[in-house]
Amino acid sequence: MATLQLNNITKHFGDTAVIKGIDLEVNDREFVVFVGPSGCGKSTLMRIIAGLESATDGDIVIDGQRMNDVGPADRGLAMVFQSYALYPHMTVEGNMGFSMRLAGVPKEERRAKVLETAKILQLEPLLDRKPKALSGGQRQRVAIGRAIVRNPSIFLFDEPLSNLDAALRVQMRIELARLHEKLNATMIYVTHDQIEAMTMADKIVVLHDGVVEQVGSPMALYHHPANRFVAGFIGSPKMNFFDVELISTSPEGVQVRLPGGGECTVPVNAQALENASSENTPIESQPALELGIRPEHLVLDEAGALSGQIEVLERLGGQTSLYVRMGDLLVTLMTDGDVAYRVHETIRFGFAPERAHLFAADGRALPSLAQHPLAGLTRHDNRTSGDAEALA
Amino acid sequence: MSLLRSTTPAQNASGVGTARGSAGMKTLVITLVGWSVALVIFFPILWMILTGFKTESAAIADPSFIFTPTLESYEAVQARSGYARFALNSVAVAFGSTFLALLIAIPSAYAMAFLPTKRTKGTLLWMLSTKMLPPVGVLVPIYLIFRDVGLLDTRTGLIIIYTLMNLPIVVWMLYTFFKDMPKDILEAGRMDGASTLQEVFFLLLPLTLPGIASTGLLSVILSWNEAFWSLNLTSSKAAPLTAYIASFSSPEGLFWAKLSAASTMAIAPILILGWMTQKQMVRGLTFGAVK
Repeated sequence: MATLQLNNITKHFGDTAVIKGIDLEVNDREFVVFVGPSGCGKSTLMRIIAGLESATDGDIVIDGQRMNDVGPADRGLAMVFQSYALYPHMTVEGNMGFSMRLAGVPKEERRAKVLETAKILQLEPLLDRKPKALSGGQRQRVAIGRAIVRNPSIFLFDEPLSNLDAALRVQMRIELARLHEKLNATMIYVTHDQIEAMTMADKIVVLHDGVVEQVGSPMALYHHPANRFVAGFIGSPKMNFFDVELISTSPEGVQVRLPGGGECTVPVNAQALENASSENTPIESQPALELGIRPEHLVLDEAGALSGQIEVLERLGGQTSLYVRMGDLLVTLMTDGDVAYRVHETIRFGFAPERAHLFAADGRALPSLAQHPLAGLTRHDNRTSGDAEALA
Repeated sequence: MSLLRSTTPAQNASGVGTARGSAGMKTLVITLVGWSVALVIFFPILWMILTGFKTESAAIADPSFIFTPTLESYEAVQARSGYARFALNSVAVAFGSTFLALLIAIPSAYAMAFLPTKRTKGTLLWMLSTKMLPPVGVLVPIYLIFRDVGLLDTRTGLIIIYTLMNLPIVVWMLYTFFKDMPKDILEAGRMDGASTLQEVFFLLLPLTLPGIASTGLLSVILSWNEAFWSLNLTSSKAAPLTAYIASFSSPEGLFWAKLSAASTMAIAPILILGWMTQKQMVRGLTFGAVK
């Protein structure tokens, strides 16, 4: 049982505000991922939760208890560092048992607990080695083992996979997900890699410039980004953005003119925009709108509303990325692996209006009229259905 | 490194097209320069050792490498006795002051390396700036203070003055070693429940031991070789080897052979210590210069 609550956390380093008022709730057994570009404050936020950094203002509440003035070791947390931060002069066993040694746990008991943890992580044959005699993946597992031994209520991971090579990273990702299942623990994970966030999180917290841009399940963030930043950050390749002209609004959505002259009605709620704008200006007087569409939602279509010349073609086998020149814009389009187009050919393409997103001048997204059916889906739902299939 | 670079253009000019030959030449030149510099630095010590084995008359005759070695100067020096007492003072003062300096410097270097403030850099520079004052500038006040508190000609007095003398260097060196220690490891320790003291004893000290050892060694050597304060603040009871050597120069005129023999005996322990630990020494002195 462990919940975490952050109330209006701020952090200043001198005159620079790094964290600008963050409220967040982490539920028991949740896998929460803080994601954002470097310098967004995600690591600082984690260090504040860990107690390695003090918050300038705001409360950190763990299991209903205010923890601001409690030392890092007494918060019931364990942290896995990006650099692993193993104790180089101790063996694997010494590393994993260090917290118990400090706590005065007798040697026998220490050994038993370390062995038990080593079994989970397949570290038994390595217990007598020093960290320098381990591979990157093994060091990572020792660092995780050191955290598990402490039996923490919340695990903190600070970009733990960024020092591993790509293949190992995928493997560790799966291992971590499995571990989350097995330990039934609350986990908070910091990364700048949106793929790690999408694949592992029950809940993603997108941070940018010290503020939370959006909190939600991976599918919710993908299908209903709250603003242009989240839309651009989540999803790979990056979403395409077009400047569009407003034609009219109606209960069915917002009609816009696309570059190249085509028209399209995006099923979003224009009302929200009108309500929110301070002077109650009607949407017509706010012509700066941006339309966002993901590369995988653009489809090749002879009758499509958009056209451009292929500038670069990347064939991945199963899929092909087309980089299409449209005036000043370079549009990315993901399509079938077997398309026969060549560079410099001109193609026409379009999209289903319900796949498009509209962003107001301040970057806020106009809310979709219909919720995506999978937007409420969490990683946990994927797991249970997957397990059920495996059993069947 | 700079030596290597400075020779490169000349080598390139002379050995166009013969890359291997020019590399060989470069090595040769560097080796020659290295040996020459080493020889120039070492020569006075060599001459001192040689002179120690000469007779008093041979010592003042025309300089020569060819002579009949004799131990007569050593016997004379031994006969005057006292070497052991002076040596013991040197050992006590050098190691005592080093221990005390480390005891003070470790916490201060810890604070500066891991809990820096805006003024940390300034403090460090200020500490080092005290080394730029010629010691003679404070001789009179320190002498008077020592006289008044009864520290003249005591080991305690010398230990205090040597500790103060070496503290800036010791703090600086430890600071560089501590700075080099990954902060994550200490933070991991803190997450594991280590108090500051446990952090220092279980993690920081074991991991920076080579650095601490070379810092201590340097401090021992500096204290061992220090002459100004020992000559001025001691007379007999607490006088270390530097004072012992000096005693050969003044009272009976200059006795070069005996002086050399005494000096050789004085530097022998520290020379051997330095030899045995030169690997750590070099690492310590150049640490942080190149990552």
